[in-house]
Amino acid sequence: MTVRLTRRNALEASVGALAMAAFGAISPVRAAYDSADLIRKFTGGKAPTEGKVKLDLPEIAENGNTVPMTVAVESPMSEQSYVTEVLVVGDGNPNGGMATFHFTPLSGAAEANTRIRLAATQNITAIAKMNDGSFYTASKQVKVTIGGCGG
Amino acid sequence: MTLSRRELLQIAAATAAILPNGWTRVLAQQRLTQAELLAFEPLGNVTLLHVADMHGQLMPVHFREPSSNLGVGEARGLPPHITGKDFLTRFGIPEKSAAAYALTSEDFAALAQSYGRIGGLDRLATAVKAARAQRGEEKVLFLDGGDTWQGSLAANRTRGQDMVDCFKLLKPDAMTGHWEFTYGAERVKELADSLGFPFLALNIRDTEWQEPVFPAYKMFEKGGVSIAVLGQAFPYTPVANPRWMIPTWSFGIREEDVRGTVETARREGAQLVVLLSHNGFDVDRKLASRVAGIDVILTSHTHDALPEVVRVGKTLLVASGSHGKFVSRLDLDVQDGAVKDFRYRLIPLFADVIAPDPEMAAAIARARAPFVAELAREVGRTASLLYRRGNFAGTFDDLICRAIAEERDAEIALSPGFRWGTSVLPGSAITIEDIHNATAITYPQVYRQTMTGARLKEVLEDVADNLFNPDPYYQQGGDMVRCGGLGYTIDVGKSMGSRISGLTHLKSGRPLEAAREYSVAGWASVNEGTEGPPVWELVQKYVARNKTVKVEANTSVKVIGA
Amino acid sequence: MAEIKPRIKLDRKEAKKGDLVEVKALVQHIMETGQRKDAQGQTIPRKILNRFTCTVAGKQVFAADFEPAVSANPYIQFKFKATESGPVVLTWTDDDGSKIVGEEKITVT
Repeated sequence: MTVRLTRRNALEASVGALAMAAFGAISPVRAAYDSADLIRKFTGGKAPTEGKVKLDLPEIAENGNTVPMTVAVESPMSEQSYVTEVLVVGDGNPNGGMATFHFTPLSGAAEANTRIRLAATQNITAIAKMNDGSFYTASKQVKVTIGGCGG
Repeated sequence: MTLSRRELLQIAAATAAILPNGWTRVLAQQRLTQAELLAFEPLGNVTLLHVADMHGQLMPVHFREPSSNLGVGEARGLPPHITGKDFLTRFGIPEKSAAAYALTSEDFAALAQSYGRIGGLDRLATAVKAARAQRGEEKVLFLDGGDTWQGSLAANRTRGQDMVDCFKLLKPDAMTGHWEFTYGAERVKELADSLGFPFLALNIRDTEWQEPVFPAYKMFEKGGVSIAVLGQAFPYTPVANPRWMIPTWSFGIREEDVRGTVETARREGAQLVVLLSHNGFDVDRKLASRVAGIDVILTSHTHDALPEVVRVGKTLLVASGSHGKFVSRLDLDVQDGAVKDFRYRLIPLFADVIAPDPEMAAAIARARAPFVAELAREVGRTASLLYRRGNFAGTFDDLICRAIAEERDAEIALSPGFRWGTSVLPGSAITIEDIHNATAITYPQVYRQTMTGARLKEVLEDVADNLFNPDPYYQQGGDMVRCGGLGYTIDVGKSMGSRISGLTHLKSGRPLEAAREYSVAGWASVNEGTEGPPVWELVQKYVARNKTVKVEANTSVKVIGA
Repeated sequence: MAEIKPRIKLDRKEAKKGDLVEVKALVQHIMETGQRKDAQGQTIPRKILNRFTCTVAGKQVFAADFEPAVSANPYIQFKFKATESGPVVLTWTDDDGSKIVGEEKITVT
C-alpha cells in the first residue's frame, strides 16, 4: 500500500499546542511568581480567607482557547455589606492576570462569567475584596490535556 | 449445539455456598432457567430498569470482563476496582459458575464454551416485558444510560439508526449519551427528536450563550411517586472524542448544575431523584458524596458490572455492565420523599436460557438484513482469545497494533484504550463483524507520523493522568493507550509527568531516545482532517494475510504502585 | 474598520423593583495578546478590549478589566438589581482608546 504522509498527519501530535497558539513561549516559573505578586498587590499583603468565593471552571478544558469561568461570591450586596472587586489570576500563562470584576450594591449579586485562555494546566485563583476590607479566596486546577482516548 | 450447551448449563454445579444475591445462588445451583433468572420478589412502589453501554450490539455476545481495573486514591481496592478471584471472593461467587463467567475474566475461554453468549436485544426485550408484566407498567421506569448507538458495523453504517429503531420497541423512558455524539451534532439532534422519549443531558450547553442544548430532567409519575430523572452525558466527550463533530456544544461535570437541577426537581415535588449518568463510576461516587438529594445514580461509561449496589451516604449506585450482557432491576419503596427499602438484582441475559422476544428478534433481523452476509464473512481465524478489557493491554488491541504497524510501516503503534469491543474465542473464525465490533467509529483513519521519544513519553503521561489522577473529577474513564513495539513501566501512584519510566523500543531492545524521531501509526485521532485508511481495513488485510493469528499475553508493560 | 455591533441578551425586559436581571453579551474582537510572533518573527502588538462597563439609567452596576488571558470575542455575563427604568448601556474600551457601545432597555415596575 502507499503511505501518504500528509501535513495533516504531521499535525497529529500538536493538539496540545493549539491552546498555546494565542501565546508565545511560556515560562511557568515567571507566571507563578507573577500571579502571587498580583495577589499581594491586590490584598496589600493581607492573607485572604478560604471561603465565600465559588469558582466554577471545568476540571479539564475542552478548548484551552476559550474556557468558561464563573465566579460568584456570597454576599448580601447591600449598601452596608458588599463585594467591591474580584481579581482572577492563573499561574500557567505568560502573565498571571486574567480579569478583575468590579461590583456595587446595584450589582445585586457578585457574579460574573467570562471565557479565558489557558496555555497549560494551571491553578486559577479568585480573590474577592469586601467593602469592609476583608478578602476571601478560592482556587481550582484546570487541566489542559493533549487529547484523549476515553471510552 | 444449543442443546448440549443447555445440558452443560444445567450441570454447572458448584459448591453449595450461601450467596448474598438471588441470581448468583440460582446460577450456582444445578438449574438455570428463564423463570429463575428473571425471578424477582417485588418490593415497594417503584421499579427502575437500567441498561447502558450496549455499544451497538443487537445480538448476544462473548465479552470478557477486565483482568485489571485499578482504582487510585480513595477508590483503591473498592468495587468496581476488583477483578478475577478477588471479585469472586468479594461477592461470594463460586469459581467456574455462570456468575463467574458473566462477571469476571477467570477461565473465560473455557467457560464460554459451557455458558455461551450473553445479551441480545431480543433477550433484553423478554426481560423488560416480564418485569413490566409482573409490576405493571405504571410502576416501571426503563432507562438507557447511553453508548447505545455506536460500536458495530451496522450502527456505524446507519449512523445509529439500527439501534434507535430496535431500542424504540423497548419503549425506554429516557436516555443520555456519549459515543452518540460521534455521529455529529446534527445527527444526534435528528435521532434524539425521533426517539419518542427524551434525550436528557443537564451538562451540555452551547458554546455561544452557555444555554442548555437538551432537557436537563424529566418528571415521571410511577407507583404514585413523583420521580425526577436527570440526565448527565459523558462530561469529557469533547476531550476524549473529536470536538469538531460537536463544535458548538460544551460538556463538563458541572457539579454546580447537578446540584441546582436536583434542587429544582425537589422544589417541583420530586419524591425520588434518579441521576441517569454517563460520568463513570468513580466520578459518580465522588458526586454522590458531594451533592445531596440524589437517591439513585444509574452509572455507566466505565462498563462495570456489579452484583450489588454501592451505597454512598443515602445514594444508591447501580453498575449495569456493558454490551447488553445485563439488565439491572432496582425495586424501591419510596415513602415521604425518601427511599425506605430497596431490592436489587443484576440480571445476566444468558442467551441460551432466556427466550428471544419474537417481535424484537424480527426487528433485529430487519436491521441486520442489509449487512448480514458481509458481517458473517470469515476473514481468518484466531488461535488465542481476543479481548479488549484490561488497564494496559488487550489481545485484540495487540492485534490491531501489529496490523497498523505493519500495514503503515511504523516502528511503534498506538491504539486507544477503549473499553468497548466484543471478544473472539480461541479456535474460532474472525469475521468482518468481529473486526468492526472492535473498531467501528466515525473517525477510523490510521495516521502515520514521526514522534520523538520525548513526545511519546508526554503522550503516555498525559493519558496515564486521565486514568490515574487521584481525583476522579479529572479522570476520563477508558484504559491506557495500547502500545505496539514499545514497552514501559508505569507507577500508577505517582503524579502527572512521573508515572512512566523505562521506555523501551522493543524491536531493538534499546531505551527510547528522547530526541530521536520514531515512526508511529495510530488510529482514532481526535483531530479534524486526519488522513489514512480506516483501521478495520488494515486489520482485515493483516488477518487475511496471516490466516490464523496468535496473540500472546502482553508483558511489555510493568505496573508498580498499584 | 466596520462598526462592531455587540450582541446583548437580557433575561427579561421588564422587571419588578429588586429583581435580579441577568445580562449576557458577546462582542467580536481578536483580543491579540501581544505574545504572538508573525511569520517574519516580529511580535504582533497587543490589541485587546481592556475595560468593560455597564450602566443602568446612568449608574454603574458592573465593570471588568480584561487581560490578554480573556478569550477572543469576549463573553461577559453578570447581574444587576432592577431599581429604575432606563437604558442599559454596555461599553467596551479598546487598547487604542476606541469604544464599542451597545444598548438595551429595562422597564422596572
